[in-house]
Amino acid sequence: MATLYEQLEKDVRYIEGSKACMNCGVCTAICPAAEVSDYDPRMVVSTVQQKDEAELEKLLKSDTIWRCGECLSCKTRCPRGNVPCYIIQALRALSIETGLFIESEQGRKQLAIKRTVGDHILKYGYCIYIDEVDLETYPEQGPVWDWLRKNRESMMERLGTSYRKNKAGTLRNTSKESLDDLKKIFDVTGGTQRFEKIEQYSSVKAKELKKEFRGEKDEYWKYLYNE
Amino acid sequence: MKLRKNEIWAAHQKEIAEDHYYFARSCIRQNIFPAAENLYLNILKNELGKDIFDDERHTTCTGIAYHSGLIPMETIMTVVARQFALMNEAGYENFVVSCVTSFGIYVEMLETWKHFPETLEKTRTALKKATGKSFEIPRNLVHASDIIYKFRKELSEKTRYKLVNQNTGEPLKVVDHIGCHYAKIFPSHGIGGAEYPYVLAGLTDEWGGEQVDYPERRHCCGFGFRQYLLKSNRGYSVTNSKKKFDSMYPYKPDLIIANCPGCTFFLDRWQYVIAEQEGKTYGENGFGIPVLTYEEIAGLLLGYDPWDIGLQIHQVAVEPLLDKLGIEYDPEKKYKGENGEDIGVPEKPKILQSV
Repeated sequence: MATLYEQLEKDVRYIEGSKACMNCGVCTAICPAAEVSDYDPRMVVSTVQQKDEAELEKLLKSDTIWRCGECLSCKTRCPRGNVPCYIIQALRALSIETGLFIESEQGRKQLAIKRTVGDHILKYGYCIYIDEVDLETYPEQGPVWDWLRKNRESMMERLGTSYRKNKAGTLRNTSKESLDDLKKIFDVTGGTQRFEKIEQYSSVKAKELKKEFRGEKDEYWKYLYNE
Repeated sequence: MKLRKNEIWAAHQKEIAEDHYYFARSCIRQNIFPAAENLYLNILKNELGKDIFDDERHTTCTGIAYHSGLIPMETIMTVVARQFALMNEAGYENFVVSCVTSFGIYVEMLETWKHFPETLEKTRTALKKATGKSFEIPRNLVHASDIIYKFRKELSEKTRYKLVNQNTGEPLKVVDHIGCHYAKIFPSHGIGGAEYPYVLAGLTDEWGGEQVDYPERRHCCGFGFRQYLLKSNRGYSVTNSKKKFDSMYPYKPDLIIANCPGCTFFLDRWQYVIAEQEGKTYGENGFGIPVLTYEEIAGLLLGYDPWDIGLQIHQVAVEPLLDKLGIEYDPEKKYKGENGEDIGVPEKPKILQSV
């Protein structure tokens, strides 16, 4: 079986993002995630380049790799051309592939995102869709959004959209043919398998945490999304 | 004489095609500001006389999910390849991206295919196997705001209003906020690069406003992808937006203009949240600072009715800006539905002023 490093080194983002970090810390200075948590991209790169299999496993099981916001400000500023965010992307992918994501509180939350944005992609052809964005889930949307949502049949007509229509335009329906294409792309390229892995590993963790696990917005989803 | 960095970037030219564009919509934009993309298409077609094709077959690029750690790179690459195949089938070679996240995605995939040619071959094989389609790389790929920038002078000649306070005759103070993925990933793909982006500042200068240069001008709005998408993590997002508001506040901006759908949304909504949670407002007289996209401000200056272009859908009231610009509007029309139907009005926030 391939070691964790052997798997990581196949990811082009890891190859592109790693160029002998000298630990200057510019990435941490510019990082919005470092402002709001103890996240430190310099430490992530420093740890990964030590090539220590046990340390890498620790990282894959940690909250650390899930703190990054992927703004990619670090790519602009690194004087050596490293990209801590690309390394994070590769680590996140490996954490899910190996199932280690369920070992951290933040990693587990991937299920909550898979069951919203992830599932919306294959259902609507969009990452987000107005019908799914309610105030309970997104309270910061505020009263204007709530009013728009309640009156969306009328307002979407007034604003000239193609909401729920089978023709070009804003918020149009995605055709069955396009949705089928998306699904087939997911099947052929590992997207479907990635989603299945998130569900399968999560079911094990939910059982361990004694949370109901039946799909969609179940007790485990609410726990992950809110707490 | 050796040029300074900002002078080098000012001289940097990005290729932006003249005409005949294939338009790729944005997931966030069409939901949150549902009139913006139609306005953009109308400006290009009716004001500039351009040919831009709105294809009903393309889908999300999956970028929001990709940057949340959900989607394998091979999957997003192949979705991107399908969009290019649709563009080829429609007979176009200039790809215009409505979303900044998507723009970053498309450029990243093109660059990856260049640096790792084997990934391009694998993508071609995967697309063929999944959909039977093949594709050619676009001749030109730009963000939607690049085209408004390119034709800013032509639009300026048609505007009825300028970014000038009609009461004082002074230029309006405009904060520009550039989405991180517009140029921070690949600076040479942005006008002015990552440190000196000029894509929106150029509109401000051309249309009579005054740029606000404040300390956190280049800081992220705080989207953070998975950080915003989880209610438990949303403090990340509002904290970073607040850092920007606190930094720009002493400069008394009249307007924030943004080119990223997510940023426009967060800079609008987090002002509401900060007002209601902390009692802090950033505009005058308890209002917020209006946050508009580049085509919304272009539409206003061209004389489009603010309620026809969806400005009532913003949580931060735009009336203080309309009054400064001298734009007449009918308050009665603001919250009417289709055909003037009475559909009630939104609840007023407790702290943030609204009209």
